[in-house]
Amino acid sequence: MLRIVNLESGYGRLKVLRRVSLHVNPGEIVTIIGANGAGKSTLLKTISGLVKATSGEVVFDKRDITSLATEKIVSMGCVLVPEGRQVFSTMTVKENLLLGAYLRFKKAGSRRVDKEMERVYSIFPKLKERHKQLAGTLSGGEQQMLAIARALMSDPKLIMMDEPSMGLAPVIVKEILNIIAQLRQQGKTVLLVEQNAKMALSISDRGYVLETGRIVLQGSSEELLENRDVQRAYLGRDLDSEIKL
Amino acid sequence: MSIELLFQYIAAGITYGIIYAIVAIGFNIIYNTTGIINFAQGEFLMLGSMIAISLHSVMPLFPSIVLAVIITMFIGALIELLFIRWLEGPSILRMIIITIGISILIRELALAIWGESVRALPYFTGDEVTSVSIGVVKVSPQVLWVVGICILMVLILQIFFQFTLLGRKMRACATNPMAARLCGINTKNMVTLSFMLSALIGAVAGCVVSPITYSQYNMGTGLAIKGFTVAILGGLGNSLAALGGGIVLGLLESFSVWVMPSAYKDAISIAILLIILFVRPTGLFGSKETMALKEF
Repeated sequence: MLRIVNLESGYGRLKVLRRVSLHVNPGEIVTIIGANGAGKSTLLKTISGLVKATSGEVVFDKRDITSLATEKIVSMGCVLVPEGRQVFSTMTVKENLLLGAYLRFKKAGSRRVDKEMERVYSIFPKLKERHKQLAGTLSGGEQQMLAIARALMSDPKLIMMDEPSMGLAPVIVKEILNIIAQLRQQGKTVLLVEQNAKMALSISDRGYVLETGRIVLQGSSEELLENRDVQRAYLGRDLDSEIKL
Repeated sequence: MSIELLFQYIAAGITYGIIYAIVAIGFNIIYNTTGIINFAQGEFLMLGSMIAISLHSVMPLFPSIVLAVIITMFIGALIELLFIRWLEGPSILRMIIITIGISILIRELALAIWGESVRALPYFTGDEVTSVSIGVVKVSPQVLWVVGICILMVLILQIFFQFTLLGRKMRACATNPMAARLCGINTKNMVTLSFMLSALIGAVAGCVVSPITYSQYNMGTGLAIKGFTVAILGGLGNSLAALGGGIVLGLLESFSVWVMPSAYKDAISIAILLIILFVRPTGLFGSKETMALKEF
């Protein structure tokens, strides 16, 4: 579904990604873990065209999307839920969702949008209750759900999520992870970026570890969860002290 | 003061207030999609009316107005394409200063094309001396044109931004450009569109007020200051509030003639602008809630 080969990008002179290669198969949940500043968000932004790649290629659905505009990439079914609950805060929940659907159903008409909205409301019943409320007045968790729901409105093939658990209460994080797992059952492919590595790996099939712009490790989620380096660096287990005991 | 005179002042105040409001709405549209204040907004009024006056010498009044409005719209689009679009991640301050530069440029070009002479479109119905009585007040029919057309434009805009997909797309770009792009909205085109829309509104307003206020190459500056005051007074970004703010300013100006020489009329709007910025930067009708969600 998505194949990235030797991707490099950055901001001005600052090079963030260095020869990153990875792939995501249809129907998979893939997680990218890494510390702050490792380049996780930059990677997702480069895939969706918000940041221009300096070299390498991104192939989505057998088409090279490396130099396409964001709008085009989104219309092909590759959407990003950006970091930090980027909702249209001065607009209502319903308007947010309508805008999410706009591209895909521009031609198909409003009936299809209504159907899609009902489907999305069934995943996020809370949003239905609050459909007339301004998005900016929702709680953090609800805003994150709205951001995910808005991305789903375009009925994407691949949905990329940047730190969906950031700054949320553990209960809400669990709820969001459940939803992500639910998406896979509906045939969606998910590329997840998370600092909350344990939670993310628990629902995903495979994972990559990104360190200072490079992929340093990859494997199935079980392998990564078992890996000592990963455990020490990202899962908060201090193996040295455990050995002493 | 007689009761007739009182109402006459009120009528004059409301007329001017609505003219200011329509300039303010032009500011609001571009502010709403880009977050910038387009200080060339007054120039759109000038261009609309001056082009219409020139065209009127070769064709009837209404076709020349329609054509002038369309030409001004394209000038608006051209301004955006030439000066704004190619900027890579410009700061808001930089864009505002660019619009000030554009306004000076347009004014100087207008001076070169039309000279300093004061012109005017003819009255749409009747002439300088015809008047319509509304109760005790006698107003020129042109005043009714101004009020009618401006209110119609406010209503159409309100519907456009609240209920149409295109309007919502433009608002989405204003609130969160990155999220808008991730929804597949071409934000750059939305910005061009907002320049066209506010040029359209400016040009229409320029044409309807021309018989009353007359047109000259520099008419935009004064109107832009008044319009900006009204936009701030009502609360930036809100068209209905701009209408309210406009009427407040118009009435204040009109009644200021009682207590001070009319030469100080313009000082009123500047004084109000300063007071509002000090005391209530959200504007009279701006809510704290939505203001807190905006960038500035």
